[in-house]
Amino acid sequence: MKAIVSVFAQDSKGIIAYVTRLLAEKEINILDISQTILQEYFAMIMLVDLSDCGMSFVELSSFLEARGRERGLDVHIQRQDIFDAMHRV
Amino acid sequence: MSYLMNSGEILQTIQMINRQHLDVRTITMGISLLDCADAELDACCRKIYDKICRCAGNLVQTGCDIENEFGIPIVNKRISVTPISLVAAACAAESYAPLARTLDRAAKETGVNFIGGFSALAQKGFTESDLRLIRSIPEALSETELVCGSVNLASTRSGINMDAVRLMGRIIKQTSERGPMGCAKLVVFANAVEDNPFMAGAFHGVGEPETVINVGVSGPGVVAHALKECKGASFDVVAETIKRTAFKITRMGELVAQEASRRLQVPFGVVDLSLAPTPAVGDSVAEILEIMGLERCGGHGTTAALALLNDAVKKGGVMASSHVGGLSGAFIPVSEDAGMIASAREGTLCLDKLEAMTCVCSVGLDMIAVPGDTEADTISAIIADEAAIGMVNNKTTAVRIIPVKGKTVGDSVDFGGLLGSAPIMPLHTGSASEFIARGGRIPAPLHSLRN
Repeated sequence: MKAIVSVFAQDSKGIIAYVTRLLAEKEINILDISQTILQEYFAMIMLVDLSDCGMSFVELSSFLEARGRERGLDVHIQRQDIFDAMHRV
Repeated sequence: MSYLMNSGEILQTIQMINRQHLDVRTITMGISLLDCADAELDACCRKIYDKICRCAGNLVQTGCDIENEFGIPIVNKRISVTPISLVAAACAAESYAPLARTLDRAAKETGVNFIGGFSALAQKGFTESDLRLIRSIPEALSETELVCGSVNLASTRSGINMDAVRLMGRIIKQTSERGPMGCAKLVVFANAVEDNPFMAGAFHGVGEPETVINVGVSGPGVVAHALKECKGASFDVVAETIKRTAFKITRMGELVAQEASRRLQVPFGVVDLSLAPTPAVGDSVAEILEIMGLERCGGHGTTAALALLNDAVKKGGVMASSHVGGLSGAFIPVSEDAGMIASAREGTLCLDKLEAMTCVCSVGLDMIAVPGDTEADTISAIIADEAAIGMVNNKTTAVRIIPVKGKTVGDSVDFGGLLGSAPIMPLHTGSASEFIARGGRIPAPLHSLRN
């Protein structure tokens, strides 16, 4: 299953390293990555593949949210289908 | 399928959800109770309870799972059932309140936050059962927490059942004597639809399958945000912007509906693409009208603005879903919309303007609080006006009006939660008693003969 991981935070050093390490830990492959700064705010979007991830979606979602919060990051994971549905005819 | 990630689109969706209150307003499971009929009231209640719990046992959990995986809030999970006046017709019982209590228990057991269908279809006349149900409404809706009721008393095909109009004025008044919540869960309709997922008017029509999933989407905040970007642009641009936004919102609703239908193994019915406001700031239909250039919702120009909005929402949504139905359009519930509350409080939004707005919105006079000493006949006359608009214009209209005991113009009432709060609105003083006392039926209009 493919999903979108979004990360929002006050910009600081090492955000990408921190988040990608979390994903690697859970055997999640990153397919695409995009990062931007919106008014001093860090915004990162990643397309990931969950095929080898052993956790359930709900467990993974709370894991990422909790570990993100520890470092002041707003991390969410959503199934990719929603973005596809909303923006593709 | 390969997927090209477009971070702009992804950010837009995330912002719609996080900042602009985009949500799926309700997943409503329709359940037929026709097979629960029984001559014994107790047996009928038992069958109803068992069937609802069996069919909807996984509804709330499934809704929560979808919410987690897709990251879209699904605010309400609800149930609609066959109009109880049909299910209970074989029972000898004088009062149907025990059936309402059964629905309430089943709703609590399944974890939904409303159950609709304590209803009667009496647009052409009453069955004995319709009358028993209607007379049970004050007790049934006041003494249950989650049960919603409705009465259809007019249609374009049948005309207006003025006996029902007279009776419902009295029933609303009696219900209000027991507190405002009963009336907040009661709606009278003209041209009621059988697949509406929204409360208080949801019921599972007799033409519907055994069980069905209907989804109501929302998103006034998203439309408002999109319109802020086209300040000063012509109405062609405004309409196009609303259509594009409605398309996106509806696609999300369609995805959730299909997913819920698949997981619950219940057929998908319709997506109802209604802009349903909540009292939260930034989730208001009135605000959209004001962004179009009106100083205040309720002023001159409001009806035209709402007509454009209602039509553009449908046009945008229709292509986004395989089946669109329910009420689809824009709701204007006064107490549930921060902008409407503000306009009503300062007197800009009056009942007459709301009535005009119901000619072009998707439903009718909704969540309107009036003085507690309002005559039953006055309430009936308000219902008659609204039913006439629905009948003649071939559309659904509704009245959900709440006479608030002990309060008068200048006071306000708080219903709590999604139902919001409302100022008590003034009414005209002339009596309609002789008019309402006539009874009988107002004949269907000429254009009802379409065959």
